[in-house]
Amino acid sequence: MPRINSAAELETLRKDILSRRDPGKPAIAICAGTGCLGLGNDKVISAFQEEIKKRSLEAQIEIRATGCHGFCEKGPNVILYPEEICYLQVTPEDVPEIVSETLLGKKVIDRLIYTDPMTGEKAAHQSEIPFYRNQMRNLISNNTRIDPSSIEDYLAGGGYSALSKALFEMGPKQVLEEIKKANLRGRGGGGFPAGLKWETARNAPGEEKYVIVNAHEGEPGAFMDRALFTGNPHCVLEGLIIGAHAIGSHQGFIYTRHDTPQLKANIDTALAKTREYGFLGKNILGSGFDFDVEVHFDVGIFVSGESSALMRSIEGKNPEPRPKYIRTSVSGIWDKPSNLNNVETWANVPQIISKGAAWYTGIGTERSKGTKLLSLSGNICHTGVVEVPFGTTLREIVYGIGGGIPNGKKLKAVHFGGPMGGSVPESLLDTPLDFDAMSKLGAPIGAGGMLVLDEDTNMVELTRFYLDFLTNESCGKCVPCREGIRQMLKILTKMCEGKGKEGDIELLEEIAEVAGAASLCSLGKTASDPLKGTLRYFREEYEASIKGK
Amino acid sequence: MSEILLQIDGKAVKAKQGMTVLDAARSADIAIPTLCHHEQLEPYGGCRLCTVEIETRGRKRLVAGCLYPVEPDLIVRTRTEKIDSIRKMILELLLAHAPDSPQLQDLAREYRADRDRFEKEASFCVLCGLCIRYCAEIKKKYAVGFINNGARREINFIPEIAAGECWNCKECFPLCPTSYLQAAYHLTEALAFPSLSSRSASKRLVTTTTL
Ligand SMILES: Cc1cc2nc3c(=O)[nH]c(=O)nc-3n(C[C@H](O)[C@H](O)[C@H](O)COP(=O)(O)O)c2cc1C
Ligand code: SF4
Ligand code: FES
Repeated sequence: MPRINSAAELETLRKDILSRRDPGKPAIAICAGTGCLGLGNDKVISAFQEEIKKRSLEAQIEIRATGCHGFCEKGPNVILYPEEICYLQVTPEDVPEIVSETLLGKKVIDRLIYTDPMTGEKAAHQSEIPFYRNQMRNLISNNTRIDPSSIEDYLAGGGYSALSKALFEMGPKQVLEEIKKANLRGRGGGGFPAGLKWETARNAPGEEKYVIVNAHEGEPGAFMDRALFTGNPHCVLEGLIIGAHAIGSHQGFIYTRHDTPQLKANIDTALAKTREYGFLGKNILGSGFDFDVEVHFDVGIFVSGESSALMRSIEGKNPEPRPKYIRTSVSGIWDKPSNLNNVETWANVPQIISKGAAWYTGIGTERSKGTKLLSLSGNICHTGVVEVPFGTTLREIVYGIGGGIPNGKKLKAVHFGGPMGGSVPESLLDTPLDFDAMSKLGAPIGAGGMLVLDEDTNMVELTRFYLDFLTNESCGKCVPCREGIRQMLKILTKMCEGKGKEGDIELLEEIAEVAGAASLCSLGKTASDPLKGTLRYFREEYEASIKGK
Repeated sequence: MSEILLQIDGKAVKAKQGMTVLDAARSADIAIPTLCHHEQLEPYGGCRLCTVEIETRGRKRLVAGCLYPVEPDLIVRTRTEKIDSIRKMILELLLAHAPDSPQLQDLAREYRADRDRFEKEASFCVLCGLCIRYCAEIKKKYAVGFINNGARREINFIPEIAAGECWNCKECFPLCPTSYLQAAYHLTEALAFPSLSSRSASKRLVTTTTL
């Protein structure tokens, strides 16, 4: 493939790709995401390949190993195009039947489609299954349509047209204004306005500037960044390149997990393709803009996802946070202006540029715009990756999408944000998903891990679990965090053993206060948030673990 | 270098660009307690004893005095009820590890910290990193570093380097805020049992040359 040297050449190529494709051609999209991998999707993929080969149908039927479809609970997931028939929990033994009955015979196999656990109602098409129907899958829906290793798949769906628009029709300033107008807020935890951060980096003195993708995703129970980045790497890359151009950066970094080989492989393939096609490298699309990207592995511990620690890590040093009295967007990697955004934040950029801020701000609430990816897990019927517009109530997510609580149990609470987040009780389930509303309740959305807890959950035990995680995953540099967590954990462990004593709750609160006020980085500052939140809504459980001795 | 005027505990203080709040306070004879700070070393920000309150444009914040750069019209308070309670807790947390450290005991008296608030877990080392940073920044030998993270963090002499460097130096020993014996203990251990100890350089080693 020769390099693309102009916007016109890109559109010619796209037309060419589309002209070679028949939208009515049957295609089998098999989820190759991590959730389904655990359930044996690799065997399903090879069974389809063998079956199609055996029947010499290679030319008529396309097989796509895709990123995560979302409905991880019911994996291995298979979607059959063009009808969008969803087959769930598919085994290799089902494969010959699927090919003969559905692909060739155009008949739906009843036992493989979705059955509503409450009503017993069946649904064959993706658009009818409540799990999918009640979402707004602006970002993640492309996962099923794309083979992550195929840049042509991405281009066929309009890929890199936002980049072309940014480079040739808009220019850096206008792109920046559009992102600010869209009020895109960071999806990695803080909800900080991306446009303001970009502007700070853009205006910071210095020629050399960096842009970075935070793909560390260290929050336990969070798996949506991986799902998105593994399944649709070009979408994140396109956002990054647009951002780099707006900020004036010529060097990007992807900071990713060392323990997800599929993600790394897909990123590497995507980078190679983008270079080959001229979306990366010198003189991108003939615009004169130069930009390239390096991939770095994380250092297994949670704190390495924190911005200043991450930047030390990219410098090849130990991931210890630094105080951010000067922002990293002004002085980051090698003291150069460095703009860090989360995977999902970057992935939002192309659609904002393509469809405009006015379209984007039509989705969501007053101050939280667009959609949010959530990793739904815990005591919920349908675990998986979910995308909803901001403003969706927690109740709609738990019941409308998640299918409610299994085994006839009652819902107790919903926990957001993992070890630096908080829980809201059932009584607050009508709260809309919104950065600020959730923060006010002490349960900031965080990166988007949403853990559903049923009536059997012990909230003291949950808090203990998170502090136990943090005591191993902090860096250990500063005293309030390292020693504060150590002591809180000791107290909570005793409480969980029924050996709590009078004064423990007050002591926990005192340590939490000091750790929150005096720790060096946000890990220590927010490590006691689960504690504070559960004390706020479930204090009686702490009291019971003292009286119960 | 331009002069910066700020206010510390109600006193007008002149400072130079690039100084920290701690530098400025000390130049005006205002005491801020520190543990991990050393004049010759890069500021570290580990112990958080130097926590002070700053006010800019009406907004109050707690920051580490040893790291926060001075700025014009900054208002600094080095003793408030809140700050004292933070220092008291930090000292109590540290006294669980080094109950007999004279420096900690002096501070404990000042901040009414209870030496026995937390169960003793006498590891003696408070992980201030002074020995490590001195060895790296001044001596450039990197003979001692941190291993592990979180609550499992420890200091560790690297036998391969320590064997050749340390006996004739030992300059880090007197820096230890708990007692001289800390560094000496770890050094002896590393040299006596280089292979037995889990702490050979081949293990996951982390130094604080990352400032
Ligand atoms: C302890 C800690 C861990 C973090 N881990 C992650 C992470 O895994 N992924 C992420 O995107 N942000 C993480 N963050 C947030 C980052 O520091 C940073 O705010 C974020 O990447 C900025 O991107 P955004 O503005 O697009 O959200 C973490 C923060 C802290 C304090
Ligand atoms: S708050 Fe915790 S993670 Fe952050 S610097 Fe201090 S010890 Fe390290
Ligand atoms: S002296 Fe400032 S943190 Fe230790």
